[in-house]
Amino acid sequence: MSSYVPWLIFLIPLGSFIVISLLLRPFFKQHPRVSGYVTICSIGISCLLSFWVLKEVIATPEHRIAIPDVQWLLIGNLNVHIGLIVDSLSAVMVVVVSLVSLLIQVYSQGYMHGDPGYHRYFAFMSLFTACMLGLVLADNLVFLFLFWEGVGLGSYLLIGFWFHRPSAANAAKKAFIVTRFGDFGFLAAILFLFYHTGTFDIEELHAIAIAGSLAGTVLTWAALGIFMGAVGKSAQFPLHVWLPDAMEGPTPVSALIHAATMVAAGVFLVARLFPLFEHSHVALTTVAVIGGFTAIFAASMGLVMTDIKRVLAYSTISQLGYMMLGLGTGGIALGIFHLFNHAFFKALLFLGAGSVNHATGTFDMREMGGLRRVMPWTYITFVVASLSLAGIWPLSGFWSKDEILASALEGNTVLFYLALVTVFMTAFYMFRAVFLTFHGEYRGGSSAGDGGHGGKPHESPAVMVVPMVILGILSVVSGWLNVTGAFDGFLGHATASGGHGFVQGLFGVLSHPLALVSLMVAGLGILLAYAMYDRRWISAETVGRMFRPVYTMLYRKYWFDELYERVIVVRFLVDGVFAVFARFDAQFIDGAVNGVASGVSSAGAAVRRAHTGQLQVYGITMAAGIIAIAVCFYLFS
Amino acid sequence: MTVGLVHYLLLSGVLFSIGLYGVLAKRNVVVILMCVEIMLNATNVALVALSRYVVPALLTGQIFAVFVILVAAAEVAVGIAIVFAIYRKRQSVNINDFDLMKW
Repeated sequence: MSSYVPWLIFLIPLGSFIVISLLLRPFFKQHPRVSGYVTICSIGISCLLSFWVLKEVIATPEHRIAIPDVQWLLIGNLNVHIGLIVDSLSAVMVVVVSLVSLLIQVYSQGYMHGDPGYHRYFAFMSLFTACMLGLVLADNLVFLFLFWEGVGLGSYLLIGFWFHRPSAANAAKKAFIVTRFGDFGFLAAILFLFYHTGTFDIEELHAIAIAGSLAGTVLTWAALGIFMGAVGKSAQFPLHVWLPDAMEGPTPVSALIHAATMVAAGVFLVARLFPLFEHSHVALTTVAVIGGFTAIFAASMGLVMTDIKRVLAYSTISQLGYMMLGLGTGGIALGIFHLFNHAFFKALLFLGAGSVNHATGTFDMREMGGLRRVMPWTYITFVVASLSLAGIWPLSGFWSKDEILASALEGNTVLFYLALVTVFMTAFYMFRAVFLTFHGEYRGGSSAGDGGHGGKPHESPAVMVVPMVILGILSVVSGWLNVTGAFDGFLGHATASGGHGFVQGLFGVLSHPLALVSLMVAGLGILLAYAMYDRRWISAETVGRMFRPVYTMLYRKYWFDELYERVIVVRFLVDGVFAVFARFDAQFIDGAVNGVASGVSSAGAAVRRAHTGQLQVYGITMAAGIIAIAVCFYLFS
Repeated sequence: MTVGLVHYLLLSGVLFSIGLYGVLAKRNVVVILMCVEIMLNATNVALVALSRYVVPALLTGQIFAVFVILVAAAEVAVGIAIVFAIYRKRQSVNINDFDLMKW
């Protein structure tokens, strides 16, 4: 029985998608709430099953459950099986994805209340969650790629959910197209690996990589191709541009896409195929460098954004960079542990931003302020999540960030200092957001935003607050899972710090100099934000004027959008490649088609002359033909 | 000199060639129809001769020849009728005048 349960984890939300789109949306249009309940129930069941699977995986000594394969494709000698991997990595991932998704669905009941696309929203949410759950469970690369694209489709549909807004439609297209660049590399890597190994199966590839029979340039190129896919999905430099724009989707969508699911897919992919990276020094270094650079690069842009969701978006990119850095320098456990903690507090931050938007009708922090008095629950949970993200002891972000810093220090000093500066920036921009949003005086808000009610700000309904509180608790405690090294051990990491008790680990970490340094740096960041945005001892405007060029550069996002749009898209693609294609199309393809047609008609005009209408001419031709055939037959047979 | 299969076939070939020449070279439609008849009869000679010399126990060739005569009769009936119809229309039996089917 147990071998079928993991299938249900992603099949049930898929069923919910089918039921909503084929049954509820056409026939129960008057009862939008039903589709919300169907989604919550199906994801709730998935969540329970995920916990059950996690329990089973923990209980088995080798931390994996064998699931029998099903034959999918048989093309010649190629036999593609589909099956699931249920090991420590996928068990952790299904729990994170289904739990965060469940809480977000509950929250959406309040946030999306009264939206005309209510059915559609929950149908897409179910589809998206199903694809993500399938992605983390898939055991071969073709099957995984199917879900990988499914997640891309889901994100396209959800980001463009309010498609009547041009900006949302454009953002959806941008997300889809930019990630396709990465997917191209991923697909090429899948085929490349298949060419060299003859298998799509992930575990067989692991065995091949570990045995060392696939090494050198082949392995490096394959790993880099896979990483290219991860760069696209996880919005790493230089394909990071889609993520900030993806904020056009409804806020719970941002929470889901940018916390636990889509962007985590890239990190997950690297972790899933980690043995391939582990045996290629170049690939592993690339992962670490891209990760470390993205972390500081994105954080620097987060410093100046005025839209609260964009601050969070850059923070997501930056934290994903951390995860990649952790993977590149330390291994699966570090990256996934940070992903695990990040999923909770980042989902919470987005839900908090959504709650603020629900109250004020805007995402612009310059129009907020003073909300802590009217929205105490949102305030408390938001601060907890910000502290966690900033890496303050003993919240969850501290534990995973500290581990990544430690492994970066061992691996590469430059990356360590980049990461340390990022810690400072993270603390600063998060508390800049906190102070601008919740402290000071209320600056008016706006009634024009999505889901907002305008008028006097008020606390959100319980259906939105309860998931936030649950996530708040999780973002405090989720880091404690690894205080004794249990999480690392579960993911197959031998830890040096293992062997001590919980309390000793919890407080003992404070005696490590590295932990103290990172805490101090984060504290400085918070203090600076306090000085600039709460007390206003230092005027933010003056600082902005002093560093005008830097400020402009950050505010314009290093001109990456302009670079891509004007230089690459317009100059290179439209003027260059597409112009060549257009000429080729007009002259070669059209020329060939028209040439065939006019050739046939002029041949017809010539042959027409032979049809004189004289019966005897036809007769002579026929007789000559028969004689010719007879002669040929006689000569050549 | 005994008369054998080869002689019959030669006779058949000569008749066929005369008929073919007539069909291709004559102008008068009635003559052309007559030449077609010669060709058909050339075939009949060949059929009967082959049947007689190759499979003497069977009468397949002879029976086939009867069918050919039958079809020839029908063909002449239709052919002459068409010629009459055209003649009434155009006052001519010269085949060079009948070129409505050109391009």
